[in-house]
Amino acid sequence: MSKVLMKGNEAVGAAAIKAGCRYFFGYPITPSSEIPEYMSKALPEAGGVFLQAESEVAAMNMVYGAGGAGARVMTGSSSPGISLKQEGITYAAGAEIPCVIVNMMRGGPGLGSIQPGQADYYQSTRGGGNGDYRTLCYAPASIQETVDYVMLAFDKADEYRNPVLIAADGMIGQMMEAVEFKENLNKNLPAKDWATTGTKGKREKNVVNSLFLEAEECEDHNLRLEKKYKLMEEKEVIYEAFGLEDAEVVCVAYGTTSRIVKTAIKLAAAKGIKVGMIRPITLWPYPYAIYKDINSNCKGILGVEMSQGQLIDDIKIGIEGRMPVYFHGRTGGMVPTPAGILAEIEKIAGGTK
Amino acid sequence: MTMVYEKSKGLTDVPFHYCPGCTHGVIHKLVAETLVELGVLEDAIGVAPVGCSVLAYKYFNCDMQEAAHGRAPAVATGIKRVHPENVVFTYQGDGDLASIGTAEIVHAAHRGEKFTTIFVNNAIYGMTGGQMAPTTLIGQKTTTSPLGRTVEHSGMPIRMSEMLATIDGAKFVERVSVDTPANIRKAKKAIKRAFECQIQGKGFAIVEVLSTCPTNWGYTPVKALGWLQENMIPYYPLGNFRDFEEDK
Amino acid sequence: MEEKVIMAGFGGQGIMAIGKLLAYAGMLEDKQVSWLPSYGPEMRGGTANCAVIVSDEAVGSPLISKDGTAAIVMNLPSLSKFESELVPGGKLIINKSLIDVEPKRKDIEVYYVSANELAAELGNPKVANMIMLGAYVELTKIVEIDSVLHAFLKVFGENKTHLVPLNKDALLKGAEAVKVRA
Repeated sequence: MSKVLMKGNEAVGAAAIKAGCRYFFGYPITPSSEIPEYMSKALPEAGGVFLQAESEVAAMNMVYGAGGAGARVMTGSSSPGISLKQEGITYAAGAEIPCVIVNMMRGGPGLGSIQPGQADYYQSTRGGGNGDYRTLCYAPASIQETVDYVMLAFDKADEYRNPVLIAADGMIGQMMEAVEFKENLNKNLPAKDWATTGTKGKREKNVVNSLFLEAEECEDHNLRLEKKYKLMEEKEVIYEAFGLEDAEVVCVAYGTTSRIVKTAIKLAAAKGIKVGMIRPITLWPYPYAIYKDINSNCKGILGVEMSQGQLIDDIKIGIEGRMPVYFHGRTGGMVPTPAGILAEIEKIAGGTK
Repeated sequence: MTMVYEKSKGLTDVPFHYCPGCTHGVIHKLVAETLVELGVLEDAIGVAPVGCSVLAYKYFNCDMQEAAHGRAPAVATGIKRVHPENVVFTYQGDGDLASIGTAEIVHAAHRGEKFTTIFVNNAIYGMTGGQMAPTTLIGQKTTTSPLGRTVEHSGMPIRMSEMLATIDGAKFVERVSVDTPANIRKAKKAIKRAFECQIQGKGFAIVEVLSTCPTNWGYTPVKALGWLQENMIPYYPLGNFRDFEEDK
Repeated sequence: MEEKVIMAGFGGQGIMAIGKLLAYAGMLEDKQVSWLPSYGPEMRGGTANCAVIVSDEAVGSPLISKDGTAAIVMNLPSLSKFESELVPGGKLIINKSLIDVEPKRKDIEVYYVSANELAAELGNPKVANMIMLGAYVELTKIVEIDSVLHAFLKVFGENKTHLVPLNKDALLKGAEAVKVRA
């Protein structure tokens, strides 16, 4: 299929439909409103249902119901809206309901700003809702990646019976780039024989539920979930890394920020500074192991994020204290510049010269 | 030997956890019987709430989903939109439906969602230990209104059926009680009508069932029924507020 | 080769549209492209702007900050706002019809195009944006005019075929305007 120029939010919708998603429940919020707008037109054409919910809370609980009924279903929003969805996300994780939640992150906290942000990293990777649960989380850096990972997200959601997050930022949502839609992978996924579809008198009743009043039962349930999460940690880590073997400085960034960092790395190269990069594509599970490949002469790790430094914790876990960790970021909807990042790189590279 | 009574096939064999004298058991039975009598048990998907009937998913003998507190109408919306041919119902208490889930029930009704809601109103939070509900009567003492509910502090008790009956998408709204055999028969009729409303694709249907909570009210089961008759029915009048036949 | 152009003007001048046309034309020529709009309160009245990058290599930052290779400014507030975003030697294309001041910087190439008058000459004031785009394409040769016209049908739909000749004339008129000056 040939390339088309698409806005990120619309590409999310198109990718979801391509992946077999036929249900979308959402609520408008800047900068992700084009997702429901697109779905309101495209889903009925694809034989599906779009419904604008009365609230973010209701939208996510509709996703819970539809996912529990066996459908491929998605919702999309932006930071404050995603906060409201956390109740439904933890219930979906607990009841093991496959679904996809797209977050076009904006500046926070609270109502924050409508410009791009990445300050929902903790919320996305540490569990934004209550209880012991994990959600696979993809952080695409381009519209093409957004399309690819939205499609993969549906397969992974079904494979693990788990909610999957797409953590992008407002820039991804609003930007247009060329995209190509690949055929859906749809590898042998497990049958949804657990879903509530009516027994038709042919099987025992199915129950979709996250309640276990007996503590022992609840612990057993959590241990079973934990096994699933461990499997995701083994099998689902995705990242991009380069230049670690001889880098003087290694930058860590994801999403749109990683592209700005790449521009800064080119500028640094022109000045004779070797800079490597680790770009987590899955924010959870996190690519901790790749940090072992960083050469021991490297002077430091620079995390760059549209936040006050939420990704730092994972960098520190990955680097295990072998070298200093620095941070450069802009927040509240401001975006780091290549020049600003370069200045930090130069400081670190020159620090011990 | 003649069989004079048999437990409905709409219920599982799991013993109820409800307190002695609580009317949830009767209401469960009415819903289960209705599903069987209408021949839709095998197509039914129920949504259980948070509250005393949180374990309803164990008792109804059909596919069930357990919803977050107050969100059953949203969950049911998701299910019904995926499976419009199935019969979908929510079973909710007054804390769930009339307090934390007000937005969800109002908007499900507004959209005319084609599912059926059984709303059990016992004027108190039972599961959490007898706290004040939005439906708690004026002067009624609860663990969070120890001196009795006052209008000044908490406003008047909310009448959900009257409110929902003003909404176009709500095609069947009736308040019933299960305090006497006669009223139980009327309740059964209303519940059946509410499911027929859905099966005929008319729109949203709700039956509010006045119920007792002997444990948290602090009365014997018999006295609790008397309290319901003397205090709840005068404030929450029984009757039909909306029927889909009128809308023809 | 990498072109990073800011396009800015009043809402309604067709700024976003020419940005999309350029990005689409670049994509049709197998180049890497990005189009990033300003969004939010800014788009509700007042100025509209977008950043378009057309490159032989993968696009790094989709933002343009102090590294623009060109700017198309169609009103005065845009000139004040974006003049500073250009690299030394960057091209600044000014809509002379609506901007009667000169830029402050002396280290950039400045081109004046009376877009509104030229559009009026073509009998349609709406194509002032296409005149500016024509001037930009002529100066940078980043895409072919034909690619822009091909993109026009992709962006606005095949049912707009009847508008292609007018828009082609506008692109050529804009190109001519800067050829004369150069």
